[in-house]
Amino acid sequence: MNPLAYPVTVSHYLAVGAVLFVAGIICMAVKRNALGVLMGVELVLNGANVNFVAFGSRVLRDESLGLDGHVFALFVIVLAAAEAAVALAIALNYYNNHSTIDVDQADELKG
Amino acid sequence: MVDFLCETLGLPGWMASTVVALVQCGLLLGLVATGALVFIWGERKVAGRIQDRLGPTRVGGAFGWLQSLADGIKLLAKEDITPKDADWLLFKLAPYVGFTASFCAWLAMPFADGWVGERVNAGVFFVIAILGLEVFGVILAGYASGSKWSLFGAMREAAQVVSYEVPLGLCVVVPVLIAGSMDLITIGNQQAGWFTNWIIFHDPAAFAVFWVYFTCAVASVNRAPFDLAEAESELVAGFHTEYSGLRWSFFFMAEYGSMLLVSALAAILFLGGWNGPIPIFREFILPGLASITGWPTDSGILEYVGDLAGCANLIAKAATGVILMMWVRWTLPRLRIDQVMATCLKYCVPLAAVCFLFATFFKLVPSANPMPLNRLAPAAERTAVREGWNAGAERVRDRVDAGMGTEGSGQ
Amino acid sequence: MTVLGTIHVHTLFFFLFAMSTCGFALAVAMTSNIVRMAFFLTLSLGSTAGLFFLAGAEFVGAMQFMIYVGGTLVLLIFGVMLTAQSRFISMRTRAGEWVTTLLVAGAFLLILLYVAWSVDAWTAAPPAHRAADGSLTTQIGLALSGVRLDGGTGYMLPFLVVSVHLLVVLLGAGYLARTKRRNRCVSDVHG
Repeated sequence: MNPLAYPVTVSHYLAVGAVLFVAGIICMAVKRNALGVLMGVELVLNGANVNFVAFGSRVLRDESLGLDGHVFALFVIVLAAAEAAVALAIALNYYNNHSTIDVDQADELKG
Repeated sequence: MVDFLCETLGLPGWMASTVVALVQCGLLLGLVATGALVFIWGERKVAGRIQDRLGPTRVGGAFGWLQSLADGIKLLAKEDITPKDADWLLFKLAPYVGFTASFCAWLAMPFADGWVGERVNAGVFFVIAILGLEVFGVILAGYASGSKWSLFGAMREAAQVVSYEVPLGLCVVVPVLIAGSMDLITIGNQQAGWFTNWIIFHDPAAFAVFWVYFTCAVASVNRAPFDLAEAESELVAGFHTEYSGLRWSFFFMAEYGSMLLVSALAAILFLGGWNGPIPIFREFILPGLASITGWPTDSGILEYVGDLAGCANLIAKAATGVILMMWVRWTLPRLRIDQVMATCLKYCVPLAAVCFLFATFFKLVPSANPMPLNRLAPAAERTAVREGWNAGAERVRDRVDAGMGTEGSGQ
Repeated sequence: MTVLGTIHVHTLFFFLFAMSTCGFALAVAMTSNIVRMAFFLTLSLGSTAGLFFLAGAEFVGAMQFMIYVGGTLVLLIFGVMLTAQSRFISMRTRAGEWVTTLLVAGAFLLILLYVAWSVDAWTAAPPAHRAADGSLTTQIGLALSGVRLDGGTGYMLPFLVVSVHLLVVLLGAGYLARTKRRNRCVSDVHG
């Protein structure tokens, strides 16, 4: 039983996407550093992207999403970039105001 | 080649592919490493001449051409020091990250028609994207060294490279727009014939954007006058202050590798790629050889000889670009960091954007072929592209359906 | 030799890239050093781009390198370096949180893996090894400008919306992160 002898299917890609997603969830849950949480979000988005590409790929399956999968992946990448820029600006602002980036300390409304 | 190994040696498919991949990687690595050695020697000679001295003269004969090999042996023998405050894992990995990024971009870089490690559909895009990863090596090195000088160098580098990627991307789009393809081989082949077919002479915008590209390329590979990351007058040696021996030399390999890379990219995008200024080889030498040997002009060996000449052509153009960068380095003083950012945001970005708009409008003009010289040589593929574009989406659909419009029928 | 002889090149490389993607993603989750996290994230996303290339999505893969790895992550590392003081670099989490998180995450992973192998159409092998569609980049470009070759609707409007959105984000992020007069709180802490 040699797993390398079989062609790659959509399921393999979905498994990779699932691991990325779960790693991102863990990252978001356990990190106290605001930027660490941000990295978790990136991992989750990337896991979703892997799924989009797998469903859109004509190499893996005949009846695929086709172009839609690719274009959705592109939009996810672009929106992730936008999200990272805003989140980073917020994190820096927070660091300027509170001189820490521990998200547990962000429990007061007075800036 | 895969088939050859499979059939004659009886290797299984994956082994044959691995062997082929290893051979190609070895060739590329040889080119990049030799290039670095030659260019380090060249840099010292150029610097010497510009400063009115001789440069290295002793090692290996009259021109000191073995100097960089001797330097390499010296670097190998040096002690590999890791500072106490450094993050040892990242400190040790950083040089390899930088070099890997600079080397990986070569995988999609063609040297002649069909001579490419992996033909990527969006080749231009791929090369630019991988080139942008080289900054990681510098940032990690600067951060992991645990030294203020290194950190300042890394911060400057991060700001500078991210900013310069914007105009660089805009500049690269112009030849892509003119050629109607992102495939480097297609772009190169479209410029066959006389030098008037080169994209740099296609329209004024392309000519202007070439110089913007060159400026941004110099900035994105951290060469003077934009080498703020290692400004030795302020930051000791910037991001590689704490490095020594072989790891230090990896940064230099990466730097010279990417210099050669951006020059080769400029040669393919603007300067005709593997096609010489005068089609002397295709027009005269090749038929001459054919008549002497009696082979048809499209026989395998003659094609191979033609490709070899094209490869030499491309490397010569790339080397000229590198020497131009050296000339710039030893002539101009280093800019301040605010001047570097101003150059990018106030001059390069608007210039590139205006050129891009101009090129777009130029594309829309019905008979956008103002230079009659263009018609001297057969640019059949370019005409086909233009027809495909003018006839609108219907035609494009037919071509793609028929499996012909792989690329080039779009924008 | 028979075992070696049947290895599929595509599958071999898929497993290489998949292992580095997943391994580095888990390393991101497990490390508490923020700078190493950023480095592992880079490697993970880079290997994901490799997976995209293997799936025939060359343009998306190049985009992943260009925007995600080359742009977003450099920005992120920039943020890390701006805020990296020794007490923030390594922030520990309590063991109780780890246990809860790992329980939830493990359950999630099991469900997702079960779903991934529960649909027959997804586990069916591709009919034959076929090369990636060479015209895909052209098709994506045309679709973004509103022309679809395979009959669907184009993406002109979403593309415009995303462009405007990016512009707004650019301005907003610049506004948020602009240099201000030093805050009282900061000057208290640092004297």
